[in-house]
Amino acid sequence: MRSWLAPRKEEKVVRTIFLFITILSVCLLAFIVAFILKHGLPVLSWDFLTRNPVEMGKEGGIFPTIIGTVALTLLAIIIATPIGVGTAIFLTEYTTEGRLTRIIRFGSECLAGIPSIIFGLFGFILFVTKMKMGWSILSGGLTLTFMVLPTIIRTSEEAIRFVPKAYREVSLSLGGTKWQTVFRVVLPAALPGIATGIILSIGRCIGETAAVIFTAGSALRLPTSLFSSSRTMSVHFYILAREGISMSQAYGTAAVLIISILLINVVTYSLMNRFLRKYS
Amino acid sequence: MRKLKGKERLIRLSLLVVAFSAISVLGLITLFIFSEGLPIMFRHGLKNFLFNLDWYPTEGSFGLLPMIIGSLLVTIGAMLVGVPLGLAGAIYLTQFTSKKVRVVVKPLIELLAGIPSVVYGFIGVVILVPLIRTYLGGPGLSVLAAAVILGIMILPTILSISIDSLMALPPSYREGSIALGATQWQTVRLVLLPAARSGVVASIILGMGRAVGETMAVIMIAGNATSLPRSILDPVRTLTSNIALEMGYASGEHRQALFATGVILFIIIMVLNTIANLTSRKMSS
Repeated sequence: MRSWLAPRKEEKVVRTIFLFITILSVCLLAFIVAFILKHGLPVLSWDFLTRNPVEMGKEGGIFPTIIGTVALTLLAIIIATPIGVGTAIFLTEYTTEGRLTRIIRFGSECLAGIPSIIFGLFGFILFVTKMKMGWSILSGGLTLTFMVLPTIIRTSEEAIRFVPKAYREVSLSLGGTKWQTVFRVVLPAALPGIATGIILSIGRCIGETAAVIFTAGSALRLPTSLFSSSRTMSVHFYILAREGISMSQAYGTAAVLIISILLINVVTYSLMNRFLRKYS
Repeated sequence: MRKLKGKERLIRLSLLVVAFSAISVLGLITLFIFSEGLPIMFRHGLKNFLFNLDWYPTEGSFGLLPMIIGSLLVTIGAMLVGVPLGLAGAIYLTQFTSKKVRVVVKPLIELLAGIPSVVYGFIGVVILVPLIRTYLGGPGLSVLAAAVILGIMILPTILSISIDSLMALPPSYREGSIALGATQWQTVRLVLLPAARSGVVASIILGMGRAVGETMAVIMIAGNATSLPRSILDPVRTLTSNIALEMGYASGEHRQALFATGVILFIIIMVLNTIANLTSRKMSS
């Protein structure tokens, strides 16, 4: 590959172009957040967060959708965490690298790549129709469980692997059993890393639309049990925007969504930083 | 001591069961999607699905070709937007600037990676679509709009994984090349990029997977017409939007045809996943 510019000159040109592209990328992403906040923040108020929607969301608040989001997310995280962390413990502490770990890891990676609409289809056919749970928080929560499982497995695995070998050796040499070592020494040390994965998963649950709309439905009432259909904030935002019900309400909902996800990501980031600093 | 050993074995066994139940989810999903989608594909012939342009699912015509082409166009477009931006950004942030800038900008971009895709779709509707309609013509809801928005959406993925794989290279590669008199750009082009190739490729394929699989954002901006687009300003429907748009009211064979759409999507994603998996394994060995 010969270049048509002298190397020094080329270097300068490339550097300028790349600087420009980098600034453009950062600005594009920052612009999206700024745009939503600019239009959404004026709509936000205590009433907006705590009142019921009026006329399909044309006016009023978004309270039921906040409850719906929290319920679905909680359910998914409560089920996915033990399974995900258990799998990670198995992969790191209870087996040696081999075909078995490769299969499990490959399965988890494939699962991570499956688009959310496929999870939605699957949840719809299995939970909503075959198991007759209907459009409900339960169906939606279980579907989200499957969706976030790979994230929890991967981050927990990395976190457990990061705990220095010496921790385990000391515990074992003091007469601790394998399980005591894992449960009382390794897991507490890996906790911030595991928490990172869980919080990331919370973010994914909050932002998810396609998998939720076909499993939890889109009822705007306040959910009363695990079997009530419920609408999450993302679904509400999607419906408001797509059906043109109310732009200002859509902006407001989007602002709540973005703020909560940014907060979650900031917490994740600081947790992860603390964890990495502790062990390196 | 012996009793304890038995207990340890029990713990190992139960963890094994947990691990397998976790990945059996993949099997379950495959099973359910295929058992709903495959029968109708064989009943009406694969040709009716793959090489047919007419989607009239209630009349026995299940042409998914426009959607397959739609997904393809939107994804390629998204890659054309996202890959150059992401790669150039990754190269700039790892090679041409100080660590100070990188430790500020990289987290910032990763924070933004969590913005829900519906928000990207919404931005497309309120800003990009009117711009395209006014300045380039057509309905605005188009291949172009979807490609640009998805390209921006996958930007953080490509950027952050590419940065990681460029940073993972031994510093001696760069030092050696600079010491031999190469400029930084020559070093990047001839030494670092080839060395980090598999990581960069994996990041691109991951981004591609996200673009192929994205649903709600695409529905909002691609226009969803079931005909073949003649230009990038024409509306288009992707495989994912085909499912999501009609799932709400479909029944009988129509619904099965949507699952057949899911089967095709599933196969495309699995192929992409496997390629990504193989390249990243090559990187780690």
